[in-house]
Amino acid sequence: MKAAAVQGPFSRWFNRTGWIRTIISIPYAWLVFFFLLPFVIVLVMSFGMRVTEAPPVGFLPDWPYVTFENYQRLTGDLIYLRAFLTSLRNAFVATVLCLLIGYPMALGITRVSKSWRNILLMLVILPFWTSFLLRVYAWIGLMGSNSWFNRGLTTFFNAIVPADWAITSIPMMNTNFAVVLVMVYSYLPFMILPLYANLEKLDMTLNEAAMDLGSKPWQVFKDITLPLSIPGIVAGGLLVFIPASGELIIPSLVGSSADPMIGRVISDEFSSARHWPMASAVAVALLLLLVLPLVAYNHFEARAQTAPEARK
Amino acid sequence: MNKRPTFLITCLCFGFAFFYIPILSMIVFSFNRSRLATVWGGFSTQWYGKLFHNDQVWRAAVLSLEIAVVSATFATILGTLAGLALARFKRFRGRTVFSGLVTAPLIMPEVITGISSLMMFIMMAEVIGWPGQRGFSTITIAHITFSMTYMATIVQARLTSMDMSVEEAAMDLGSKPWQVLKDITLPIISPAILSGWLLAFTISLDDVVITNFTSGPGSTTLPLLIWSKVKLGVTPDINALATIIVCLVGAGVVAAGVILTRTERRRERDIQMAIAANK
Repeated sequence: MKAAAVQGPFSRWFNRTGWIRTIISIPYAWLVFFFLLPFVIVLVMSFGMRVTEAPPVGFLPDWPYVTFENYQRLTGDLIYLRAFLTSLRNAFVATVLCLLIGYPMALGITRVSKSWRNILLMLVILPFWTSFLLRVYAWIGLMGSNSWFNRGLTTFFNAIVPADWAITSIPMMNTNFAVVLVMVYSYLPFMILPLYANLEKLDMTLNEAAMDLGSKPWQVFKDITLPLSIPGIVAGGLLVFIPASGELIIPSLVGSSADPMIGRVISDEFSSARHWPMASAVAVALLLLLVLPLVAYNHFEARAQTAPEARK
Repeated sequence: MNKRPTFLITCLCFGFAFFYIPILSMIVFSFNRSRLATVWGGFSTQWYGKLFHNDQVWRAAVLSLEIAVVSATFATILGTLAGLALARFKRFRGRTVFSGLVTAPLIMPEVITGISSLMMFIMMAEVIGWPGQRGFSTITIAHITFSMTYMATIVQARLTSMDMSVEEAAMDLGSKPWQVLKDITLPIISPAILSGWLLAFTISLDDVVITNFTSGPGSTTLPLLIWSKVKLGVTPDINALATIIVCLVGAGVVAAGVILTRTERRRERDIQMAIAANK
């Protein structure tokens, strides 16, 4: 790792004493050793096969040593395909709901007075700092068939439907509905904060100009605010969609075991089935699936950054 | 836009109700006399008493705090170095890989990070005989790895937005590089370092998935303990534990927020006064 050019006033001193190398190489080595290497192990393992010894991974004894068996099973076995589809669907629905709930909230925060703004932002961030697990737990309490929440909803449901449709409780736990609900709850701050950051910077005089020229409020929103906030929507959407599709805790606690999400499949392959190569192959596939939207996002970002200068 | 945005305010009210009703419900039911966690049976603080005498919970809490302090501290050091490298050294061999490595753990699904770390520790045990047993050290290493990337991102952002001419001025006035670092750069980025440490601390304290894969027998952190209990269902003592954690963390976040804003404001005022005095 050879350091070439350095910016700023430290350059000469740093170059002379070799500090640059030290500063770069310590975190670099750490990440290579504890992040990149483990991932390479997973990648290599995904081409292996299950054996009965410990650790339960083996490779073919002769050329080409590797096997594509796991990837063939991945594309051939409907369980995996279905889990991927369930994950993507749940993550997508959760992202759309987060956007529908989070957008008016973010916009609302930009419309209140400065001191209220800080309080409301604090209130958005506060649940994010308190334990993730406990927020999921709070919903388990609410969704159970005996809870006040479920009984209240049941009473409401029974009041509006014909008497012979009456039910004793609404089955919410262990369904994909529960997974989506809790994911929306957990990831909503990730949607609100980038949206707020984006909406706050918008120039309000544009809105006023449009109003003066006779636009109705919803037209102002449709023609001005919404198009200008697309970068915020994309950023918030990715911040929700990416962790949601790989989520493990929520589907394990409130999700359906008959229709699992991919994170749970990886974990089960690894722990219960002890099929490490298969778990690795599913993990590699999930990563590839998540990398694609990110590459698209980076492309989008790069274009958004160069666009204003190009327009000038 | 003189009209009050009634629709948006209504959305805000419903949104915050959605945020806080589950938490409030959990807190209310921690004072429930009934063994059934979701049916009200009168007021009682018995679950707090039971919790207080539960050694398992105390041990798990102490272990979690130890891991959080150690991993946040190491993550702060490593992350600051990484942020410094990314913000100040514009070209070095392997920079692209390095910046990729810094952002990748942020988007990596936790289950993959957890499994790959576990496989790595098992392979290491096979090859070099360490770690013989997974526990404190393996959990801490895994936590440092993902916390340092948050730290690096924060420090890098702060250093990039910082005015480099201040460093240059100090240098021109005869400061040695380490003096510039000590007197100028570090004080300016210290709020970022502090909030980074707090973030790393809470992330470590809160983590379930990665901890689950890198822990061993006898190293049950508080989230792991809660996780194993929650899988069996809702019980009032978890409600009590949850209430304590939510209140402590909430108070901590509010206090940290107030202190950070105040320091920031005071620093800005000092700078303004210094500028005014030198005019």
